[in-house]
Amino acid sequence: MTEVFINSGLQLVLLLLVAPLLSGTIKTLKARLQTRRGPGILQSYRDIFKLLRKGMVIPETASWIFSAAPYMVFGTATLVGLMIPMTTTHAPLSLFGGVLAVVYLLALGRFFLALGGLDTGSSFGGLGSSREMTISAIAEPAMMLAIFTVALGANSTNLSEMAKIAVTQSWRFLAPSQMLAFAALFIVLIAETGRLPVDNPATHLELTMIHEAMVLEYSGPYLALIEWGASIKQLVLMTLLVNTFFPFGLSSAWTVQAVGLGLVFYLAKLLLLACLIVLVETSNAKLRLFRVPELLMVAFILGALALISTFLF
Amino acid sequence: MNTLPLGMIFALSVAAYLTGAFASLACWRKPVVARRICCSAALAGAALGGCAAVLGILRGTPVAWSVPSGIPLFAYSFSYDALAGFFNLALAITVAAVSIYSFGYLKAFEGKRNIGFFGFLFHLLLLSLTISFTAANAFLFLIAWEVMALAAYGLVTFYHEDRETRRAGLLYVIMAHIDTGCLLLGFALLINASGSAEFASFHKAAVQLSSAQQTAAFVLFFLGFGIKAGVIPFHIWLPAAHPVAPSNVSALLSGIVIKTGIYGMARIFLDSLGGVPSWAGLLVLIVGVVSAVLGVLYALMEHDLKRLLAYHSIENIGIILMGLGAALIFRVAGHPMLAAVALVAAMFHTLNHAIFKSLLFLGAGSVLHSTGTRNMEEMGGLIRPMPVTAFCFLIGAVAISGLPPLNGFVSEWLTYQTLLAGFGAISGLRRILFPLAGSMLALTGALAAACFVKAFAITFLALPRGAKSRNVQEAPRTMLIGMGWLTLACAALGLGATWFLPVFDAMTEQLLGQRVGAHLVTGHGLVLSAGMRTSGTVSPMVIAVGLLVLVLPAALLVAIGTRRFGRTRGPVWDCGLPGLSAENEYTATAFSKALRMIFSVLYKPRREIQAVFDVSPYFPKEIHFESEIDPTFEKRLYAPLQEFIFRFSSRMRTIQAGSIHAYLAYIFVTLVLLLLFGVRK
Repeated sequence: MTEVFINSGLQLVLLLLVAPLLSGTIKTLKARLQTRRGPGILQSYRDIFKLLRKGMVIPETASWIFSAAPYMVFGTATLVGLMIPMTTTHAPLSLFGGVLAVVYLLALGRFFLALGGLDTGSSFGGLGSSREMTISAIAEPAMMLAIFTVALGANSTNLSEMAKIAVTQSWRFLAPSQMLAFAALFIVLIAETGRLPVDNPATHLELTMIHEAMVLEYSGPYLALIEWGASIKQLVLMTLLVNTFFPFGLSSAWTVQAVGLGLVFYLAKLLLLACLIVLVETSNAKLRLFRVPELLMVAFILGALALISTFLF
Repeated sequence: MNTLPLGMIFALSVAAYLTGAFASLACWRKPVVARRICCSAALAGAALGGCAAVLGILRGTPVAWSVPSGIPLFAYSFSYDALAGFFNLALAITVAAVSIYSFGYLKAFEGKRNIGFFGFLFHLLLLSLTISFTAANAFLFLIAWEVMALAAYGLVTFYHEDRETRRAGLLYVIMAHIDTGCLLLGFALLINASGSAEFASFHKAAVQLSSAQQTAAFVLFFLGFGIKAGVIPFHIWLPAAHPVAPSNVSALLSGIVIKTGIYGMARIFLDSLGGVPSWAGLLVLIVGVVSAVLGVLYALMEHDLKRLLAYHSIENIGIILMGLGAALIFRVAGHPMLAAVALVAAMFHTLNHAIFKSLLFLGAGSVLHSTGTRNMEEMGGLIRPMPVTAFCFLIGAVAISGLPPLNGFVSEWLTYQTLLAGFGAISGLRRILFPLAGSMLALTGALAAACFVKAFAITFLALPRGAKSRNVQEAPRTMLIGMGWLTLACAALGLGATWFLPVFDAMTEQLLGQRVGAHLVTGHGLVLSAGMRTSGTVSPMVIAVGLLVLVLPAALLVAIGTRRFGRTRGPVWDCGLPGLSAENEYTATAFSKALRMIFSVLYKPRREIQAVFDVSPYFPKEIHFESEIDPTFEKRLYAPLQEFIFRFSSRMRTIQAGSIHAYLAYIFVTLVLLLLFGVRK
C-alpha cells in the first residue's frame, strides 16, 4: 500500500515537471525549424508561474460550472498520468484503471471544459466547445481500434500488463499491425492535442481556433490549471504512444540504476516523438474544419487494417 | 428458505397497485385526495415490490405459484426467479422516484385534468409491468403485455387536445399491436410444439423444433420485443410518443416500459428457447450497433429536450443489445463464462439506463414545469433559478455519457471488455466484428457526450434565450427529492459497482449455469476485473477518490492565489461591440452544425434562408432561417409501407360491397372450407 503512494508521488512529480518542459521543447524546436529564435524551453514554466500570480476575472454570466472545469481538466489529466507506465513497466495506479479508463477520464475533463466554454454565453466559447466535441467524437473510434489492436496482442487493457508484454518483444513494432496502429494513433494524437493540421495551438485568430476559443474567457490561476492540464494530457498521450510501441528502456526492476536508465530512455523517446510532431506541424498547413473528418477517417481505416493484419500476419 | 414471505410481499405490492388504480379512480372528483392516493399507493407498491425483488434475488431458486383458471391453456401462473427479481428491482427503484416526484408534479393538474383517471392508468401500467415480469404463462403474459400497451396509450395521449399528441398515440398503439401480433404468433409456435402455455414447458419443446421453426420463432420474438424496445428500424414511435406524455410518465416509459422488450428477449432467447443460433446472436449484435450509432446521431439533431432524451433511449437499447448479442453468441460457441459476463454487462446497463434516463426525464419535466416549453432554443441560464434540478441533470448527463466514475461507465466498460474477449473466443472472420462493434461503441459514447454537453449547456448555462426562461422558479421539494434519489443511485451503482455485482449471480446461474460475481471483483473488493480472458481492471471508487485527492491541492493553490491577487467579475469579451446579449449565444442548432455537416450523407439537411433588406444584402432588416433534416426512416421505409397498405385496403373494398347476399355467400364458403379442413385432419 505504501509502495503505491510512494510510486504515485514520484510519478506525479515527474508528470508535473516534464509536461511543461515537453510543451516548451516543442515550441522551441518548432521555432528553430522555422528559423525563428522562439521562446526558451523553460517558457511554459514561466507562463504557468506567471498565471498563478495573477488576479482572476470571472465573466458575469458564468456559473459554478465555469469554475469547476479547470479542476476537472487538471484532475483527470494528472490521474490518467498515474495510470500510465512512464519509466518502469509498473504504473502506480495501473490496477485501478486501464486504457479504457484513460480514454474516458480524458473525456470527462473534455466534457467539463466544453461546458465551461459554453457557460459564459460568448460565441467563441460555444464555437470552441462545438468543434472540440465534434473532433474528439470522430477521433474516438480510430483511437479505440488502434488501442484494441495493441490490447488484443497483450490480452489485456491494463497498461502495466501491456507494457510487460511489450518489453519481452521489443522489436514487435516492426510487425505491420503495430506500425498501422501506431500511424492511426499518431493521427489521433495530433487531433486530440490540438496540433496542426487539425488545430493551431499558436493562433488566436477567431475563426480557426478550437481549444483556444473554448478557454478564451479563462484567466489567472484557472488558465494556469487548464494549460498545465493540457500539457499533462499531451504528455500522457505521447507516453502512451512511445511506451506501447517502443518499450525500449522500460525497466521492470525497482533499482535506482534501472529507473534512472528508464528515465533517460523515456526522455529520449519523448524527444524523438516531439521532433516528429514538430516536423508534421511545420510541413503542413491547417486543414479546413470539414477536411478534418477525412484525416480521421484515414486514421480509422489504418486502425481497421491494423486489426485485420493481426490475424493475417 | 420459506417461500411465504416472498409471495406475501409480492401479492401485497400487486394489491397496492390495484388499490391505487381503483381508489384514485373513485376519488376523481376530489383532485387533492386522488393525487395523494395515487402517489402514496405507487410508493407503497414500489417499496413492497422492491422488498420482494431483494428477497427473490437473495433466494436464488425460482418460486412458482399457479392458480388454474378453468380456461384451457390459461392459468394464473407466476414464477419469481432471479431474472424477474432483477427487473422488478429496476421497476421499484424507478417507481419510487417517480411516485415521490409526482406528489409535486401532479399538483399542476389539479382543477385542470382528471387526476383520478390518470392515477387509474398509471397504476394499471405499474401493475401490468409487475405481472409481465413475473408471468409464467404465455397468455397471462400477453394479457399483461396488452394492458401495458393500452395503459401506456392512455397516458401518452393524456394531453389529447393536442393534435401532435393524438398522432403520436395512434402511431404508438399501431406499433404496439404489431408487436403483440408477432408475440402471439411466436407463442403459438411454442404452444403448438409443447401443448402447454406454461413457460416452463417451452424449454423441452424448443429442442424439438425444426430449424425452420426455430428461425421463425426467433424472428417473431425479435420483431415483437424489438418493436417494444424501440430498436432501429422499428423505433419511429418512440421519439414521437415518449416526449408528448406527462414527464413523470415519460420517465417510466423510457426507464422501464421499453425494457420489457429486453426482459422478453432474455426470457425467451436464453431461458425458454435455451439459446439461439449463432447468426441470430450476430444479428442482435449488429442491430444493437446500428441502433446505438443512429440513435445518438438523431439525438444530436434534436432541440426538443424530451425528444432528444427519447432518441438516447434508442441508443442505450442498442448498447444493451450489444451485450445481449454477445451473450447469445458466446453461449452457442460454448463459452458460458464469457456469456455470463456479457449478460451481466447487458443487464447492468439495463438497470443503469432505467435509473439515469428516468432521472433525466424527471429533470426535463422540472424544466418543462417551470418554463412551459420543451424547446431548448428558448432556454438558458436555468442553473441560477433551478440549482438542484441543474445538478441532478448534470449527474444524469455524466452518467449517460458513460463517463467515470458513475454507473454508465461501469456497464459500458464491461461491454467493452466483453467485446474484446469476443475477438479471442470466436473463430473465423466474423470475430473482427467484435472490435469493430467496440469502436462503434466508442463513437456512440463520444457522440453522447457531445449531445449532453449541448443538452445541459443550452438548457442550464449562459443567458436565458427566451422570455419563458426568465423569472422561473425551482421545482417543488418533492420533485427534487424524487430526482435526488435517482442521483444517489447513479453515484452508488457507479462507486459501489463491485458490491453490487453479486446481485447478478443468481440470474447468470439460472440462465447460463455460471456464477461470475466473484470473478469480476479483485483487489479487496475495490477493483472491477473483466473475468478471465482479458485481464483489464478498473476501480470507479479509486478513480473518484483519486480525483478528489488531486483536485484538493490544486484548489488550495488557486485559493491562495485568489486571496493574494484578487478575483473580480467582469463582462464577457464582446469583440468591442458593447452589450453581449442572448442573441449572440450559441444555440443547440449551432452547436450541432459541425456534426450535421460531417454526417450530411445521413441527415440530408435542408435549409432555407430569406433575408429582407432595404439597400444592400449585407445589411438585412430581417432574416428568416429554416433548417430541417431528412426523416429517412419515416420517408423511405414507413411512407411507402403506409401507401401500400392504403392501396391494398382500397382494393379490398371491392369485395365489401355492402350487399347481404354477398356476405352470406362469404360465410357459406368459409364454412365449407373449414369443414373440408376439419375432415382432412
